[in-house]
Amino acid sequence: MSRKVLLIEDEPNIAEAIRFLLTREGWQVETHAEGSDAIQVIQGANPDLVILDVMLPGKSGMEILRDLRGLEGMQNLPVLMLTARGQTRDREMAENAGVSRFMTKPFSNAEVLTAVRDLHAQATRS
Amino acid sequence: MATLNVLILVCLGYVVLLFGVAFAADRMAAAGRGAWLRSPLIYTLSLSIYCTAWTFYGAVGNAARSGLEFVTIYLGPTLVMLSWWWGLRKLVRVGRSQRVTSIADLISSRYGKSNTLAICVTILAVLGGTPYIALQLQSITLSFSIFAEADPSGLYREGSSVFWVAAGLAMFAILFGTRNLDANERHHGVVTAIALESVVKLFALIAVGVFVVWGVAGGIGPMMARIDASEIGQWNVDAGRWTTFIFLSAAAFICLPRMFQVMVVENADEGHLRTAAWAFPLYLLLMSLFVVPIAVVGLDLLPEGSNPDLFVLTVPLSQGNDWLAMLSFIGGFSSATSMVIVTAMALSTMVSNHLVMPIWLSTQEGSGSVSGDVRNVVLVARRVSIAVIMAMGYYYYRLSGGGAALASIGLVAFAGIAQILPALVGGLFWRGATRTGALIGLTVGFVLWIYTLLLPGMDGALMPQSVLQNGPFGWGWLRPQALFGIEGMDPMVHTVMWSLSLNAFAFCAASLLSFPSPLERLQGAQFVNVFDHSVAPRGWSGSVAQSEDLMIMTQRILGAGPAQEFFQAEARAQGGRTSLPEPTPGFLERLERELSGSVGAATAHAMIGQIVGGSSVSVEDLLAVADESAQMLEYSSQLEAKSAELSRTARKLREANTKLTQISEQKDSFLSQVSHELRTPMTSIRAFSEIMRDTDGLTPEEQTRYAAIIHDEALRLTRLLDDLLDLSVLESGRVNLNMSGESLSAVLDRAVSSALAGSRSTLTVRRTRQSERIPLHTDLDRLGQVFINLISNAQKYCDAEDPVLTISAHDVGGQVVIDFADNGSGIPPEAQSMVFEKFARVGGDKAGGAGLGLAICREIMQRLGGEITYLPGQGGAAFRVRLPMAYRQAAQ
Amino acid sequence: MSESEDRKPQRARPSLFLERQSYRRRRLMDAARLLPILGAALIALPLLWPSQTSPEDGVPLSSAILYIFACWVFLIVVSLIFGFAAKRMATGDDPEAESDRWPH
Repeated sequence: MSRKVLLIEDEPNIAEAIRFLLTREGWQVETHAEGSDAIQVIQGANPDLVILDVMLPGKSGMEILRDLRGLEGMQNLPVLMLTARGQTRDREMAENAGVSRFMTKPFSNAEVLTAVRDLHAQATRS
Repeated sequence: MATLNVLILVCLGYVVLLFGVAFAADRMAAAGRGAWLRSPLIYTLSLSIYCTAWTFYGAVGNAARSGLEFVTIYLGPTLVMLSWWWGLRKLVRVGRSQRVTSIADLISSRYGKSNTLAICVTILAVLGGTPYIALQLQSITLSFSIFAEADPSGLYREGSSVFWVAAGLAMFAILFGTRNLDANERHHGVVTAIALESVVKLFALIAVGVFVVWGVAGGIGPMMARIDASEIGQWNVDAGRWTTFIFLSAAAFICLPRMFQVMVVENADEGHLRTAAWAFPLYLLLMSLFVVPIAVVGLDLLPEGSNPDLFVLTVPLSQGNDWLAMLSFIGGFSSATSMVIVTAMALSTMVSNHLVMPIWLSTQEGSGSVSGDVRNVVLVARRVSIAVIMAMGYYYYRLSGGGAALASIGLVAFAGIAQILPALVGGLFWRGATRTGALIGLTVGFVLWIYTLLLPGMDGALMPQSVLQNGPFGWGWLRPQALFGIEGMDPMVHTVMWSLSLNAFAFCAASLLSFPSPLERLQGAQFVNVFDHSVAPRGWSGSVAQSEDLMIMTQRILGAGPAQEFFQAEARAQGGRTSLPEPTPGFLERLERELSGSVGAATAHAMIGQIVGGSSVSVEDLLAVADESAQMLEYSSQLEAKSAELSRTARKLREANTKLTQISEQKDSFLSQVSHELRTPMTSIRAFSEIMRDTDGLTPEEQTRYAAIIHDEALRLTRLLDDLLDLSVLESGRVNLNMSGESLSAVLDRAVSSALAGSRSTLTVRRTRQSERIPLHTDLDRLGQVFINLISNAQKYCDAEDPVLTISAHDVGGQVVIDFADNGSGIPPEAQSMVFEKFARVGGDKAGGAGLGLAICREIMQRLGGEITYLPGQGGAAFRVRLPMAYRQAAQ
Repeated sequence: MSESEDRKPQRARPSLFLERQSYRRRRLMDAARLLPILGAALIALPLLWPSQTSPEDGVPLSSAILYIFACWVFLIVVSLIFGFAAKRMATGDDPEAESDRWPH
């Protein structure tokens, strides 16, 4: 069974790096760089995991997450959030919005892989 | 035959009865009972103090001498009463609304509260009243003498009796007229007593008349025949005297102090005039109905040479009807006492208010300490005034010898008091009447009256016979009874004609030539427009004339400038041609609001109400209030200025605080932005460097590509740091400008080549070199940096298929203006205001940079003394760079 | 006639009546103003009578008295009427009721 991850990130270089890492782990990686239509893309792709940047054009990652959690069947979708603004306030906001894991840029590749693995394991166990 | 003692007892008993009535009426009024005390009937009867002993006795005497001429004295007041609707009603309304205490007070109030005028009127009234009081003394003394002649005891002595009569009347007037402390209050007791007296005298005269017609003559028919057969049996009236006396009595009816007292001061309800308008003429008619019959019968029955002035007494006596004679005596006594009481009251009020009080007050050291004992002073002043007035009457009687006919003395008094008429009528109906006019008119009339009537009437006592016959210093044209050589006139007609016409002329002329004070003008408006003030029940209504008063009032409160501005604006809004607006309800409401902003709503309403609506506050009070509030306003405006200053300071502090907070917030968000901008390239660098380190078997292409990404992101970091440093230097103002001169065209050349160098972009730059030959003197590198930024922005963001950047330069109003316009889709309107902010980026493209470029451009242009703006509506994105002329001129 | 029809003209009446009343009041005021002038003219009229030249062609005093007093009574009566009319108008706050009592 193929595992699908949806990567929503507007920085092409960062997206390429994550795609490289996860593809090698056996993930099917889809990318999207726009915030405003992210919800529809997530619903259409039906991924096993979502990696979400906070600063996105059109709509911020926080809002996307909050809206997503309000949708039917999306409450338990694992969401890994990445932000370049390493402030504690952002972390709190993300946790309130229902984030699964929160990471600050720049991150090590190992951290990303560990987080993805953990989240997927939790999701399949439950 | 009634003895003198009985007569005196009857008189005393009658006086005691009057006291009882007055006392009871006062008690009832104080207890709030007795509405009939304020009824129109009582009011009408109280007016009958017009009929004094002179009319009671003298009318018959006059009729016996001149036939129907006596009736003029009654017809004048009848005409006045008939014109109550536009005459007396106004007088009463003014008197009540101004709370006047006497005719002198009214005149002085109308002409700006002038005490000089009040003193003049008071003196005139006292001089006119003195012979009149002497007349009452004479009539009572004469009537006593009639009984004394018949009294066998023979105790009667004329001289002492006059003195005792005078003293008794003075006592009586003091006890009656000054029982109440406050002259402004109505004297219910006195008025009721007077009403009773008027019934007594009417009853007495009618009783004698009925006795004469039916008892002596034997019915109406025989009476008429007897009248026609008598020596006065034909219509024989001098036209001049007839009209003059009607006019004179009408004038005196209004101007006499005692008439003013009962008609205006004691008036409880304006509506009473409606009843009095027919009831008082009826009273006068009844009083005069039997005068001719009594005179005719008296002439018939009594021996030749008997005094016709006493026919009312002597006719019943001659017929042996003692009780009727006694009743008639009481009637005459009634007439005299009521007249003396009211005259003394009115005159003493005037004397104490306008003569004694001003003198007394000026002798008091600290006028501010005047307090309760003023009432005692007033009371004493009034009592002394009454005594003095009575004494003057007594001496006049002694001086004139008591010989003149009653009626002529009365007419002399009438002519004197009528001198007030022009000032009174003019004051009520003509706003242009002034104090100066009233003063001069009164003086002229007064002097002429004394010169032509009073002095010649003294039988040479005060005026030499030579002056009377040849004029002063032999100037014939100044002969007292033939002024300007016009001879042959009746002395009375002569006096009335000259004094009143010259009085009126002087009054009008001086009024036209003089200029009234503001208070006079205010009072004039109050008097003349008294009905306008008091009719409108709700909403303001006024006449144009009041606008002037409103203007005066407003100036006192708002100050001259703002008041004039406000009024002119209102007048313009109304489209009027004058500078004063019509006092429309709307205007008055706005004015009230305007004033209430300064003095408070209630005061403003009261002030406007004072001018256009009726109110009992006196104008003087109001002006004092206005002056006071002007002072208060000045004080409070100082306070206001201070508090305004305080609130300005507070506002500045608040602004500073907000600014600081904003700056701190901006700093936070700037740091957060910087953090984001730094972390993003670092994330890529770290991720790809880890990939290259940890991943085995990367293809050479992959290795090259990832190394290139790391390299690009490292450059991006460097650029960002450069920009940040640059911006921080520019913002802190520590930038050193390297000024040098070159043409705009050269600067643009370098910028275009530098921006397009090493780029595969297809951007076409269009320039008009002709217009670029503008010499510049500025920091050329910094300016070039701005140009490069704009060109590379166009290069990056212009989304047209064939991107074209047009650079055009102009010289506009001494400024160099350079426009950079591309043919892309431009910047959306909502983002246009943001483009010069730090980290502001339009669209999602992050490749360009951190979004500091335009912020730096803005800072640079500020340092160079110019500006950079976004030009909306140019199709694509367009920026305008302006450089000031000064830099260009410096280069030349 | 039904009740509602009966009420209609009554409802229309006040405005008509008030107009009439204020008009009347004004004319009454005019008349009241003119009355003293009329009185003065009546009283001045005897001045045109022939003065006594001989005992035969003068006007007898009794006639003069009758004339003067007749004028006087006339003026008093007119003033009385004005007084009552003015009072009625000043206090007539129920014009409907008055209109019934004073048909016009």
